[in-house]
Amino acid sequence: MTASELTIVRGKRTLAQRITAGFGRGIVNIVLALIAIFWLVPTIGLFLSSLRTSTDNSSSGWWTVFTAPAQLTVENYASLLGNGQFMGSFWNTIVITVPATILVVVVGALAGYAFSWMQFPGRDWLLIAVIVLLAVPVQVALIPIAQLFGQIGLFGSVVGVILFHTAFGLPFAIFLLRNFFTQIPGELMEAARLDGASEWRIFSRIILPLGMPAIASLGIFQFLWVWNDMLVALIFTNASSQPVTVAIQSQLRQFGSNIDILSSGAFLSMIIPLIVFFAFQRYFVTALLAGSQK
Amino acid sequence: MTTEQAIAVPETMAGEGAGVPPRRGRRPVRNLLIASAFLAPALILLGALVAYPVIYSIGRSLYDAQGSGFVGLENYATMFTDPATFTAIRNNVIWVVVVPISCTILGLIFAVLLDKIKWGIAFKLIVFMPMAISMVAAGVIFRTTFQENPQLGAVNAALVGIHDTFSPEQGYPGARPRPDEGASVKDGAVVSGSPVSTGDSALFPLVGVGQSDIPASAADATEPPRAAGDEITGTVWVDFVRGGGGENGKIGDGKKGMPGVTVNALAPDGTVAGSARTEADGTFAISGLTSGDYTIQLPPSNFREPYKGVSWLGPSLVTAVIILSYIWIWAGFAMVMIASGLSAMDRNLQEAARIDGASEWKVFTRITAPLLAPVLIVVFVTLIINVLKIFDLVYVIPPASSLPDATVIAVQMWAVSFGGGNNQGLGSALAILLLILVLPSMIINIRRFKQERER
Repeated sequence: MTASELTIVRGKRTLAQRITAGFGRGIVNIVLALIAIFWLVPTIGLFLSSLRTSTDNSSSGWWTVFTAPAQLTVENYASLLGNGQFMGSFWNTIVITVPATILVVVVGALAGYAFSWMQFPGRDWLLIAVIVLLAVPVQVALIPIAQLFGQIGLFGSVVGVILFHTAFGLPFAIFLLRNFFTQIPGELMEAARLDGASEWRIFSRIILPLGMPAIASLGIFQFLWVWNDMLVALIFTNASSQPVTVAIQSQLRQFGSNIDILSSGAFLSMIIPLIVFFAFQRYFVTALLAGSQK
Repeated sequence: MTTEQAIAVPETMAGEGAGVPPRRGRRPVRNLLIASAFLAPALILLGALVAYPVIYSIGRSLYDAQGSGFVGLENYATMFTDPATFTAIRNNVIWVVVVPISCTILGLIFAVLLDKIKWGIAFKLIVFMPMAISMVAAGVIFRTTFQENPQLGAVNAALVGIHDTFSPEQGYPGARPRPDEGASVKDGAVVSGSPVSTGDSALFPLVGVGQSDIPASAADATEPPRAAGDEITGTVWVDFVRGGGGENGKIGDGKKGMPGVTVNALAPDGTVAGSARTEADGTFAISGLTSGDYTIQLPPSNFREPYKGVSWLGPSLVTAVIILSYIWIWAGFAMVMIASGLSAMDRNLQEAARIDGASEWKVFTRITAPLLAPVLIVVFVTLIINVLKIFDLVYVIPPASSLPDATVIAVQMWAVSFGGGNNQGLGSALAILLLILVLPSMIINIRRFKQERER
């Protein structure tokens, strides 16, 4: 087969292929559009429910807003913002999430540095122990920690929940940060040591700045994890220290279908994680890829 | 989304050798002290709040509810004999069999198709978004979407809409003809007492019609319109006046017509010669009949319970709904992971195969899928671990009445130790069961770490 023949044959195939490909692409577009709609409808439905009064919500579905848009109102949000108990739980979520995230990052970075750039006996065994703890389900700790916190007076306090989340975030934090820190070129550390820099100085001036991408990934991951937790808070908090997830589920259990409070509450609780997610999703994906064993 | 950057980290992370510096260990004691200072906070927290509880729970699981009497493995035996915990274990098995494979397949399909559309990034964000919200919020979303009342739950509303488009009968369960007024019941259908000739009318005074079944559109019943030569007309009405009054079998006094009733004209051989539906005032007109006598019949479909959708959150389907909501959340995870794997892949092999004339399907099954296998396994194992520990969705979505049918190990563990069961021995045993179930993944983790070190 000569070169020109080849061109003709391939030219014909591309034309036929182009037609089938164009047809196929049309179908793919339609199928994915339908899937995207399926994925969005539940959330949109809840959002529209949150913009309707409880009377409307108990007599008709959210889709009626398309024919009667006059029913839309921000009443639910207004009453929720004036609801001291709910806003208190919202505040508790912040008070739990921010320290639990910072603590995991700081404690995890210190340990990650020791595991990656320091020599000490038993290092590998300790690291393997950390990796073993990576997969321990939180359920194993609920009963013993509830007793421990009861004895030392942390049961029902925000501090207890923060410590619990920090401890269970640490194996992943150490694993992720150690892996990243070992990639930092050793010459930087050597040079700094020759200049007489202390370990703390190396950690704070070299490791932390260069490790920022991994630290950001860890921070986002832990933030979303703690913000969205319900189980740990359900057990270790009380009515005055409970976060918003626990407040929502207790509404659900007590009243079942008061969808106006539930939907607006759920939406308020989703705003901050969604902002964090859309702003930093690249880091979130990195954390997922780095250690999807959590 | 810049997935290329995202995949870069684990790939470069593989080389461990670079991590160990040629450290001059002149002062080993001092080095140890410094290392201890860096490690102490982490080791104290991990020891006190993660490692110690594991050991405590193993011990506690061998004691009774109060924690005073040693019972050996009795709690573990109870787990498989107690109906509630056994249901939980059975449901967990269903979860593990169904969810990881569905999420991985969906994620794979999405990730492959993503490449072929221009709005791939938007699609990715839409499907991945549920990963960011709490399972409690997701639970509220799904509980509302699947609630039973078709006026409120979107899924049942859609089902009822579809159903009514194809069989638009207005249901009048329990309606029957007033006795001694001519019409009678035969095989579930209401039929005229004697055959009706073309040009005549038939009257159907019905009783036993539920007040809530009469649609708002129903108007006061009127006398049947005059029938043309090829027509039979008539009226179907509610022969009952609220509050009393009116003459039985007679139209008037505010009696309501029954709209939406199907009326058939049956030829002597029983075949349907013509049919019509009643108007708001209950009147109907069957036209186009050849002259003769017909039996007028209101078929049984008029008297069925109206379709009200499916009891999604009832005992038999609630687990399916919770699983669906879980897939809604985690398919995005699988998609993003697999898409990263795809974008990091060297596409030259696929190109070469295509030039050699391999079909797209062959390219996918013979080249792309095997190359993706490591990513698929990571996604699959991650999902198994997370599915085993599922709690929030199962705790939030089912109404109290169907929770016992939806329960899983983690929920049961909570229920027996904190939610009123007050048996922390059994609770500890359930927690240890979860730990045993994730042991294989622990071993995989350690093995992976050791391989990495040897390289």
